[in-house]
Amino acid sequence: MYIVVVGGGKVGYYLAKELLEAGHELVILEKNAARARQISDELGSIVLNRDGCEGKHLAEAGANRAAIVAAVTGDDEDNLVMCQMAKHHFDVPKTIARVNNPRNEDLFKHLGVNEIISPTRMVLGAVEQDIPVHELLHLAQLKGGEMELVEAQITESSPALGRKSTDIALPEGSSLFLLLRGSQVQQIRADTVFQAGDKVLAVAKGDAGEAVLRRELIGDDAPVGSPS
Amino acid sequence: MRTVIVGCGRVGAVLAERLAREGHDVTIIDTNTEAFSRLEPDFPGQAIRADGTDEDVLRRVGTDTADWFFALTEGDNRNAFAAQMASETFSVKNVVAKVNDPVRAEAYTQLGLATICRTRLLVDALSQYAGLAADPGASGVRQVERHHDHLDDGATPVGAGHPEH
Repeated sequence: MYIVVVGGGKVGYYLAKELLEAGHELVILEKNAARARQISDELGSIVLNRDGCEGKHLAEAGANRAAIVAAVTGDDEDNLVMCQMAKHHFDVPKTIARVNNPRNEDLFKHLGVNEIISPTRMVLGAVEQDIPVHELLHLAQLKGGEMELVEAQITESSPALGRKSTDIALPEGSSLFLLLRGSQVQQIRADTVFQAGDKVLAVAKGDAGEAVLRRELIGDDAPVGSPS
Repeated sequence: MRTVIVGCGRVGAVLAERLAREGHDVTIIDTNTEAFSRLEPDFPGQAIRADGTDEDVLRRVGTDTADWFFALTEGDNRNAFAAQMASETFSVKNVVAKVNDPVRAEAYTQLGLATICRTRLLVDALSQYAGLAADPGASGVRQVERHHDHLDDGATPVGAGHPEH
């Protein structure tokens, strides 16, 4: 299979190396002369020292017979334009783009890039797994720190789900008082039943009070990394 | 009319001045503060140092309510990118991208993006000056192929949707 790789940075280099080892035919377009030389020293004469973004250079690289164009430079605008040129001007069947700013993913998809690879999104996904999503949110300290105004979100796994507010045993000095449900704000009454997605504003007295609120409203299986 | 211009080079700066003096609400963006020295000290529009290919930046400057969007940086790809973001993400009706590579200019014209190609414009102008017939297949002025609002209120509207009339 003939593949055009645009961008001879780390991603382009290792991509080309793997593809060559797998027996594919390819060319790398790299605009930086020193970098292009460096790659051809390592991988042989598969590098065109050209700005891939220039239309005629893509033609020179044989884009019209490529099965795949993979644009993996560090610049989103270059990657998008390369893929669009490959697709619409050279009828390349499959275009792959590296997207550095995750916000650009939708635009790339919308504009017809076949495959989108976002390293930022991947790392972000891995990071987010370790971020406690539903912790007690500390909003304000009251009475010089003796009490704390906190917010808790009710989830499907909350012990409080489907229970009435009066069923929740709270230590003295702590109380639940406001409920944010959708765009509505309501006072928590004796007959308020908690639903998933509710945000509960509460006052917790001391660490003990907070611990109880966390246990009752969020659950014991607090995610990794949450303060004990 | 609200106009956003990305790129405060010679063309961007002169266009911004002119539109602003004629009463347009102009915002010009450039990543380099020094570029704004091309504007007159009493430039009546807004000059913002930011990356005009960043969606958040374009949202912040109110691209979603812009009538016109000009992508006039020195980079063809940046222009093509910003212009497509303006038309696709922010639904700006009148978008023009400066694309100096004739091959790319042609390709984007076919994709429905209005482009202006300095290379073609100059070659056309010089050829004409030298007495040659215009190159029939190529035109540097691709910005008039779509129907859009006219910038000059006094001009005859081209196509439909002239908001000022």
